[in-house]
Amino acid sequence: MSEEETAPRLQLRPPQQPRTSGPIVPPGSIAGRALVAVISIMTFLACLAVGAVVLVSDTAREWQRDVGREVTVQVRPIDGVDLDRELARASDILRATAGIAVVRVLSRADNERLLAPWLGQGLPLDALPIPRLIVLELDQRTSADLGALRVRLTQEVRGASLDDHRQWRDRLALVSRSVVALGVVILILVMTATALSVVFATRGAMASNRDIVDVLHFVGAEDSFIAREFQHRFLVLGLEGGIYGGLAALLAFLSASGAIRFLYGQAGEQQLAMLFGSFAIGWTGLAGIVLTVCAVAAVTAVTSRWTVRRYLAA
Amino acid sequence: MIRFENVGVRYGLGPEVLNDVSFEIEASSFQYLTGPSGAGKTTLMRLMFLGLKPSRGQLTVFNQNAATLTGVPLAAARRRIGVVFQDFRLLDHMTTYENVGLPLRVLGKDEASYRADVVELLEWVGLGNRLDAYPPVLSGGEKQRAAIARAIIAKPDILLADEPTGNVDPALGNRLIRLFFELNRLGTAVVLATHDYHLIETFPARRLVIDAGEVLDYD
Repeated sequence: MSEEETAPRLQLRPPQQPRTSGPIVPPGSIAGRALVAVISIMTFLACLAVGAVVLVSDTAREWQRDVGREVTVQVRPIDGVDLDRELARASDILRATAGIAVVRVLSRADNERLLAPWLGQGLPLDALPIPRLIVLELDQRTSADLGALRVRLTQEVRGASLDDHRQWRDRLALVSRSVVALGVVILILVMTATALSVVFATRGAMASNRDIVDVLHFVGAEDSFIAREFQHRFLVLGLEGGIYGGLAALLAFLSASGAIRFLYGQAGEQQLAMLFGSFAIGWTGLAGIVLTVCAVAAVTAVTSRWTVRRYLAA
Repeated sequence: MIRFENVGVRYGLGPEVLNDVSFEIEASSFQYLTGPSGAGKTTLMRLMFLGLKPSRGQLTVFNQNAATLTGVPLAAARRRIGVVFQDFRLLDHMTTYENVGLPLRVLGKDEASYRADVVELLEWVGLGNRLDAYPPVLSGGEKQRAAIARAIIAKPDILLADEPTGNVDPALGNRLIRLFFELNRLGTAVVLATHDYHLIETFPARRLVIDAGEVLDYD
């Protein structure tokens, strides 16, 4: 063969510059739109669960704080015992106790007002053995030794008992923990459903891109490289779906918060506000939503990589 | 480089399509793999580019038993083999430039490090003005040259080409054959599967003749 024949052709014009390389896994080849929609819905549900958990636990914490700040001392009437004297003795003990900011002895008129919704007005309450109450507000800076106080009151004031609302607080804590646990369970279920959706989508993508996988193998691509390419594609889809779902959840919470403000002064507003506050999820909730979006994207990427590796190994 | 020792291949429970095949492809050699249609050429090529494992016998590729090659060593061996498929197997969603640069990309090389090489090679095979064209808009000859460029871009130790001139006119076919001889001159072993006897007579080289799954001649 002559040298002339084998010589490559010379190009006289300047070489063209190619575009930067795009993705190896074609974006349009995966049922991307459907998967993004599924991931969006899953993220939306997960974010709602996270937001609800934050709302309820914040409100429960506030309730516990309010309830825990107040302590009630009850002095029951006992035959032959001067109730007013016992009340004054209890009041003296309480005022002398460190950690108590306010001691407020409820008068008989206060008692009547408190009982009016149940017993009606104008009843001769003096004739009934109704206990007298002392409301204490605890000092936020120094803590009172309620155990010792309870013992002292019981010993020195006849008919006295101290109620620190522990039962209420315990119940609230239980409800709060139950809601958090429920939220975590919902989150796990949603993540599992997302992962399963990604497994099916990845298998479909692998099957429809079999020719690409073959070519990648023949040009010497390792399984880890192929898995990385698919993982990258699914990470983009996961982030896209996650962001849509997260934004929708944020919008839902903002709408609920707006609805509470809209209901201001109307029936039901107080109950809603008491249960969920102002529906403002705050920075904690916002961070929870961002973390959920990131977690969904990560679950999507890791699941697709794992599925590709298993598919290639099979 | 690639050694067959009593290699037999059967698909499923069917008859053997290759029967007791024994030969060796030496480094820097050039040979035609020829024979009638259905003789077993494509199966032989598949064995050589590690796309198929033998049913029996011993196939040694780069001093490694092909039957036990898996994972990273398998990928490493494939990188030393350039393949030109009869149906090109270009990826339709990637440009000519991306297709040709693919073997370097899977090696993890930075695009900036190989961009000039790919452009130069595409200029060399006459596709300098088709860098950003997608395979569906390329002619048969252009696809063929892009497939050849992809097969040789990573400077393989051996090039396997299955009917590389089957889709092009005689003039372009002759140019491609000259390109293969040039590659061989630079040290790459070449196995060119064809049943174009005119081509073999025009550009004489060693011949591996196969028929009915058996090697008839390896002159």
